[in-house]
Amino acid sequence: MHKLETEVLVIGGGATGTGVAWDASLRGFKVILVERRDLTHGTSGRYHGLLHSGGRYAVKDPHGAAECIAENQILRVTHAHCIEDTSGFFVVLPEDEGDYPDKFKAGCDAVGIPCTEISVAEALRREPLLNPRISRVFEVPDGSSDSFLAAHATAQAARNAGAQILTYHEVTNLIMTGGESDRRVAGAMIRNVVTGEEMEIHADITVNAAGAWTGKLAAMAGIQVTIMPSKGTMVAMNHRLVNTVVNRCKMPSDGDIIVPSHTVCVIGTTSVNVPEPEPLRIEPWEVNKMLEEGDKMVPGFAQARVLRAWAGVRPLFQDTYTSGKGRDVTRKLALLDHQEREGVGGFLTITGGKWTTFRLMAEATVDDVCRHLGTERPCTTATTPVPGAEQGNYWLGHRLHDIEEQHLQGQLVCECELVTRTMVENAARRNPLLTLDDLRRDVRLGKGPCQGGFCTYRGVGILHEMKKAGSWEVDMSDEAGSTAKWDVAYLQSPGHNLVSDADGHQSNQHPANTADSFNPNLLLRDFLQERWKGVTPILWGRQLKQERLDELIYMSVMNVDHLPDKELASPVTDFYRFDTRPTVEEVADV
Amino acid sequence: MFTESWHSVGPTLDECIKCNICTSYCPVSAVTDLFPGPKYVGPQAQRFRENGQPQSPDHSVDYCSGCRVCNEVCPTGVKIAEINARARAQIVAEEGIPLRNRLLGRNETLGKVGSVAPALANFSLHNSFSRVMAEKVMGIAREAPLPHWSTTGTFGDWFKKTQSVRLKSDKKVVYYHGCATMYYEPFVGKAAVAVFEHNGYEVLVPPQNCCGLPLLSNGEFGAAEGYHQNNINKLLVYAQAGLDIVGTSTSCTLTLKEEAPELLDMHSENVHAITMATWDIFEWLRERHGLGELKTDFSEMNMVLPYHAPCQYRAHRIGKPARDILVLIPGIDLRESQARCCGIAGTYGYKKEKYQIAMDVGAELFNFVADQGEAVEMTACDSETCRWQLEHGTDLPSRHPIEILAAAYGLYDLDKRDLVNR
Repeated sequence: MHKLETEVLVIGGGATGTGVAWDASLRGFKVILVERRDLTHGTSGRYHGLLHSGGRYAVKDPHGAAECIAENQILRVTHAHCIEDTSGFFVVLPEDEGDYPDKFKAGCDAVGIPCTEISVAEALRREPLLNPRISRVFEVPDGSSDSFLAAHATAQAARNAGAQILTYHEVTNLIMTGGESDRRVAGAMIRNVVTGEEMEIHADITVNAAGAWTGKLAAMAGIQVTIMPSKGTMVAMNHRLVNTVVNRCKMPSDGDIIVPSHTVCVIGTTSVNVPEPEPLRIEPWEVNKMLEEGDKMVPGFAQARVLRAWAGVRPLFQDTYTSGKGRDVTRKLALLDHQEREGVGGFLTITGGKWTTFRLMAEATVDDVCRHLGTERPCTTATTPVPGAEQGNYWLGHRLHDIEEQHLQGQLVCECELVTRTMVENAARRNPLLTLDDLRRDVRLGKGPCQGGFCTYRGVGILHEMKKAGSWEVDMSDEAGSTAKWDVAYLQSPGHNLVSDADGHQSNQHPANTADSFNPNLLLRDFLQERWKGVTPILWGRQLKQERLDELIYMSVMNVDHLPDKELASPVTDFYRFDTRPTVEEVADV
Repeated sequence: MFTESWHSVGPTLDECIKCNICTSYCPVSAVTDLFPGPKYVGPQAQRFRENGQPQSPDHSVDYCSGCRVCNEVCPTGVKIAEINARARAQIVAEEGIPLRNRLLGRNETLGKVGSVAPALANFSLHNSFSRVMAEKVMGIAREAPLPHWSTTGTFGDWFKKTQSVRLKSDKKVVYYHGCATMYYEPFVGKAAVAVFEHNGYEVLVPPQNCCGLPLLSNGEFGAAEGYHQNNINKLLVYAQAGLDIVGTSTSCTLTLKEEAPELLDMHSENVHAITMATWDIFEWLRERHGLGELKTDFSEMNMVLPYHAPCQYRAHRIGKPARDILVLIPGIDLRESQARCCGIAGTYGYKKEKYQIAMDVGAELFNFVADQGEAVEMTACDSETCRWQLEHGTDLPSRHPIEILAAAYGLYDLDKRDLVNR
């Protein structure tokens, strides 16, 4: 069996895991990160994209608020290109009047969150669709973040510092050594989910950054870590109804944030305890609740076109499981040293927290790694920009601007999100890619109004062509440096992708590790199913019209229901299926 | 500018299902790669626009001619042309407006100034030296069919002069002549007055000004709002008295009816009153005909007449009333054009960088006219700039349908373009 040795093994390719890999590799550790799917496949890729100013926690959790504002200011430098400087409003609706707004202002002042009360008129001038009945507005430095790009950029920074990032590599078990008194985690058994190949990774220390799956991983070491999976459902609207983050100025609750995120705006969230992080089902009441709450902040919100709904799972950590509501459980980061807690060495768990504080979580974790490995190395992530940060903040129109400047109109594959052919080709070559969903995370393919109606077949066609021409292999290699060409800093920028990477690419370099499961029919089916899953909960009105057209394209023109290779499945095919089990209520009704 | 427009134009971008029907019908994107098509610059690009971006994200929207063919074919009701007009206005607001577009937007002022000494104005503008200079200095295409100022006085002069012989009647109608009739083509107004009076209507011509369309098409929304408000002030009393306001310039009537209120977000009761009172002249005549009130004492007109309903006319969504009336005239062999657009689209084809695009767009129409054979002596079209473009592209004279109708009544000489003295 193939064996790899490393100092630090990070399990989980979300914001936290990539952050740990980045921090540890900057401090000179040998690092391997494994992720069972694509980067940000879990919660990091399923949140509303808010870069917290800390305002949301200013009253309830001043410590968390202070962390947020400090990290907010750091990420604006280190991850500048992953952030849009939208600013944020906390608005006081008629039903929210009381002493909270003053407490809020005092709370912000106390922890150093820049917070200015602005006139309602000024707020309405900037956001004309806001409810004109608001009585007060506070402005804070909230922002909007692109967590897909951020994870890529962080992972790239880690790679540049020598780390290995292995996506589609799943932990099948932890390698345990020692006896009853000196149990240790000495690494993990890994399976390449594409080739099925198994290997061992031996590590001095293993970091569990598996997010909502943290408990499952800890259980492999015989340790109980109680993660309370709390489902949050979010709804994306067809276009930006606000260009500033809008929060309600009240105790955090359901559906009280609207975040402008690239071309859409997202309202979130619900908070529902669920037994398992997967599968997640979106209940009709959740969508209704989001629209109802959105309508309070932006009258007319509920009548605008809804694009899609999805859910993520907060990996909320509780020392002892109670039936407390999701929002009451701490959002603080939790770093668990299993040597101290359970006497299991070589194993740390980092969980809790939120996207905004991922760098801080990584710093705390790697500080502890240093302690365990008996070395002292200072953290430098707070002052080290990741690749691509020199582009500065992204802005809504930057893709349109690039397309126009470079006359790339004829190159568009995804017209809704302005993805060019070269962007698709380069993303496919730069990032191990198994499904079109990976491309969606990389370049926003299929994220727009038609939800893949026109770009799915184009994307599949391009990959098929590349495959046939031998200019592309799905490189699943675990050799160090095998993905040296991985450069994602400009992945999302049409203007930086004028030339295809095709030249100089050597195919079949690692024949044993390339994915031969590539099949255009499977690729097409998987992505259609993935997009369809997110549209189903909001299937009415204008999106229904859209889906009818999409249905005609794929069912009537392309007959995708009867494509060959039906038996084929990718590692994520199952994930895209609907959860059709009856709900608790439905069971009760029967 | 974008989000304020939520209530009329903005939300329609949510209707787009990306079907591309608009792009496949667009006459402009069919002939040039400079215009990526209505879907791209309209509902698609709109999702990337907001106020105060570091740079205006797009400029290809400026190549939209505003013909509104996209609106006509859109199966889901996206107000594409309006989204584009607003986007252009946003660019103008951020980057300013070139002198040329400022001038082209001020048709009324140009009309007034030139009419002081029309012969001199015509000579100064219509000589090859001036046209070359106008192209070099301002970017007005040297070949483009600019109009001639009327050398026999304005429509207003004529109407005032003939006041004593004008018909007095209990049945009254308000005539909205527009700038082109006022300063360049008073004969169209004379023909209209003759037709109104022949049908027993007294014609009122209250003070009025430019409808503001050229300003709207060139992105000067602030100035256009002033114009429209003036027209409301001047015409409101007539609308409130229950009189119809009837125009011969189909783009002016469309602006009063729909374009100005919609683009400028003017939705007051007074604005609505003007909207409801305004008619295109053939829409009004067809209404009279439906009521059995239109005189049909036509003389026989033996002619093959290619007729093009302009884009702005189709945008009224009233069918083709000029065709419906002209076919009543005995002897007219009306050949209806199915061409999408003549290309000129108001002031679009005057611009140096767009002249050839406009001619290429118009080719569909010019070829249609050529295909109608040798017997064709003139064409007909409801819009002045389209007629000028038609004449430029076919070398045949073009007439407003109201001129044809007046001639059929025996009131008008189509060659001399003047009333027949009786």
